[in-house]
Amino acid sequence: MENIYLAIPLASLIGAIIAGFMGKQIGRAGAHTVTIVGVGISFILSLMALNHIVFNGGAIYNETVYTWMVSDGLRFEVGFLIDHLTVMMMAVVTGVSLMVHVYTIGYMADDPGYQRFFSYISLFTFSMLMLVMSNNFLQLFFGWEAVGLVSYLLIGFWYKKETAIYANLKAFLVNRVGDFGFILGIAAVVMYAGSLDYVEVFQKAPQISNQTMSIGLSEWSVITVICILLFIGAMGKSAQVPLHVWLPDSMEGPTPISALIHAATMVTAGIFMVARMSPLYEFSETALGFVMVIGAITALFMGLIGIVQNDIKRVVAYSTLSQLGYMTVALGVSAYSAAVFHLMTHAFFKALLFLAAGSVIIAMHHEQDMRKMGGLKKYMPITWITSLIGSLALIGVPGFSGFFSKDSIIEAVHYSNVPGSDLVYWMVVAGVFITAFYSFRMYFMVFHGKERMDQHTKEHLHETPWVVTLPLIALAIPSVIIGWLTIEPMLFGGYFADSIFVKESHNVLAAFGKDYHGQWAMIQHAIFALPTWLALAGVGLAYYLYIINPDMAEKLKTILSPAYKLLDRKYWVDEIYFATFADGGRGLGKGFWKLGDVALIDGFIVNGSARVVGWFAGVIRHVQTGILSHYAFAMILGLIALLALFVK
Amino acid sequence: MSFTEGVFYAFSAIMIMAALGVITARNPVHSALSLVLTFFATSAIWMLLEAEFLAITLVLVYVGAVMVLFLFVVMMLDINITRMREGFMRYVPFGIVIALILVVQMVMIVGPENFGLEQFAEPARHVADHSNTKELGRVLYTDYVYPFEIAAVILLVAIVAAISLTMRRRPETKYQTPGKQVMVKKEDRLRVVSMKAEEKEK
Amino acid sequence: MIPLSSYLILGAIMFAISMAGIFINRKNVIILLMCVELMLLAVNINFIAFSHFLGDLAGQVFVFFILTVAAAEAAIGLAILVVLSRNHQTINVSELKNLEG
Repeated sequence: MENIYLAIPLASLIGAIIAGFMGKQIGRAGAHTVTIVGVGISFILSLMALNHIVFNGGAIYNETVYTWMVSDGLRFEVGFLIDHLTVMMMAVVTGVSLMVHVYTIGYMADDPGYQRFFSYISLFTFSMLMLVMSNNFLQLFFGWEAVGLVSYLLIGFWYKKETAIYANLKAFLVNRVGDFGFILGIAAVVMYAGSLDYVEVFQKAPQISNQTMSIGLSEWSVITVICILLFIGAMGKSAQVPLHVWLPDSMEGPTPISALIHAATMVTAGIFMVARMSPLYEFSETALGFVMVIGAITALFMGLIGIVQNDIKRVVAYSTLSQLGYMTVALGVSAYSAAVFHLMTHAFFKALLFLAAGSVIIAMHHEQDMRKMGGLKKYMPITWITSLIGSLALIGVPGFSGFFSKDSIIEAVHYSNVPGSDLVYWMVVAGVFITAFYSFRMYFMVFHGKERMDQHTKEHLHETPWVVTLPLIALAIPSVIIGWLTIEPMLFGGYFADSIFVKESHNVLAAFGKDYHGQWAMIQHAIFALPTWLALAGVGLAYYLYIINPDMAEKLKTILSPAYKLLDRKYWVDEIYFATFADGGRGLGKGFWKLGDVALIDGFIVNGSARVVGWFAGVIRHVQTGILSHYAFAMILGLIALLALFVK
Repeated sequence: MSFTEGVFYAFSAIMIMAALGVITARNPVHSALSLVLTFFATSAIWMLLEAEFLAITLVLVYVGAVMVLFLFVVMMLDINITRMREGFMRYVPFGIVIALILVVQMVMIVGPENFGLEQFAEPARHVADHSNTKELGRVLYTDYVYPFEIAAVILLVAIVAAISLTMRRRPETKYQTPGKQVMVKKEDRLRVVSMKAEEKEK
Repeated sequence: MIPLSSYLILGAIMFAISMAGIFINRKNVIILLMCVELMLLAVNINFIAFSHFLGDLAGQVFVFFILTVAAAEAAIGLAILVVLSRNHQTINVSELKNLEG
């Protein structure tokens, strides 16, 4: 199996290298062929690995492939840990990636950077695979940074677009903040566990959890510090409040990327990482509480912003933020399986929604404003039906995949007895209503109602080509059924028993499992439960405001203008960051430049020392009389002094 | 006082007197001649120390060559002695003080209590047919052959330097440049002119 | 029996005399050069005295080299002197201070 595991990331990498460095030689068709074949191989081999581990009960693979160096007993290695969690992530990553590759043929058809794009997305697939397959922190960090890099490259893919450059810089900088915490966390792991290897670190977790360290004046549990620092990394990558600001702006990149990176895979790296680190997090209730609160805030408040967005991609982006918040909440209540389960279902339906949005954007000639759409249902039937499926899955209509995963999370929170979980429960439940409202607001604005686009666009409206619709259909199918199929093994069947560790006292899913009696029972139960009604209420409100009585929405906007303003400006977080960090940083830099560099270093140290030397030389030059005997006299004085040393 | 002691003190006295003469003589020619005397006395002292070869070399090379060179230069250059003596008397006390300090310091260091006969016994005299020159030659051509060759090169460099420093082209002197003479071509010297033949006189 | 210290003191006196000579003959380069020769001679006396008392010929070899270098130095020094007097019409040290700071 080792060769297969090795081939999975390398197939993508080779595709990326060929498309990247030989793009001119192989041409456009060559570029997409070679990368699709590469990712296709990765996908098929991932499915084989999935089959081997899950269905044939193959052994968990945890081996070092290559030792980079050994320094003072600390081993820097490239290694793979292939277990149930990993194979699932691999299958999802390569599957969605393959769909996106195919879709890109249609979406980027006219773009001059065609080969570059394919190279980047294949490189992304490679990076993400390295991240999920890693068996040590070093490789995790490599993958972590590599996906960040590719994300940066892809957000700024249209590098002539001012806003894209701003967005990719912003994404990069915000991620740096998270990565700083992340690498500090890894450093703390190395310091206290003395190893980078997951298994060794996890074995030492109970031991570490008894230690404390002092930060400033207060004593902190080491494990809490490690977990929170690692989670700060996850906050950056998974765009949790307050490091969420980059994700909406990243929509400046091409839509396939938004689907692949900023919805389905990369942003879930943080969720995956925390799930992978569950043996550490389980020992720190403080860290878990922190995770849960951050997740709840993200889930609720980012969803609220989604309500007021008019850019179709930004609505989906905020919904992504909100859903990532749900996953984080699940992590916080120790329902790691539920988080990963939601991660998987979300990957499918969010990629679907993004690709559908992209399909709409293609048809609208790269118009993204929903106010200029409407009534597209009859022009684009496939996009319409798949979007509907995606939206239904997103809001959690019983039976769809999103229902199972999201409901599990809500139930898990309900069963949890972590301090604050009651409030968080109400926050996530309110989130359901908001999700339903903004999802269907978008759906109604785009596919129903008046046709608000101009005449020219209207004449050219038609369904997008098969390379676009095929991935939509391919993603729509799992969006409907994957939840039904996998909820039992994933949440209750011990699928993750070997990869995720949950303390007995935290095991909310086990408590939930006692009340679980099959999918049908869950659906029947949900029909009479609050979340479903809230979801339907959200849909109903959206229907009323945007189809039946569109003027009402405008009226509400004026009535609730302070609230609207608050959401429209995204709680002024960007402005605050800009004023404090960006301007503060610039001010600090300017201060250092003026004071430190110009005044102190250049003025005082460099020119100052030169001036001192000049002044001193001006004084001392009078000693140089040019008269020979003076020099001789100086030498003799020296000689007398020297002799005096020997005189006893 | 033994004979050797008598010789030592006599020549030491001559040496010091001559040295004082070198630095105080009004005329540089006298200085140079005093220096010659100093070298002679030194050479005698060296004889006492059984350094016969160097003693002879000192006389031959220094007195015979270097000091002659000094005299030559002194006489060749037209020196205004009175101007050169300006400030002489003013600095004499100063020079004496400096010299006394130095002598006192050095005597304190190298005096009899550190380098007396107790510390360094007089070595046995060599036998009569012992050749200092031969011994010196042996080490010079074996252990010190490379420094010896370097010394030769230094002398060569000194010769070249002295010549190149003092040589100059005098405008009134006529030179031949053999290189240019050899390089001469026919065209430089010979000019073939075609002209009408003159008519024969009638 | 003449102790080593006598020779060394003789050398020291010669050295001090030549040092004083440099001071009192501040103007005449030729005398200065002679004083330098005297200094070297004082050093040579020390070398030979030590060579004799320690029974090591190396001291004499050193003197040999010092004589060589001193001869070279005298030749070059006098050559420079000749050029100097030719170019400046003087060998008065007090008039040669182009390097004054």
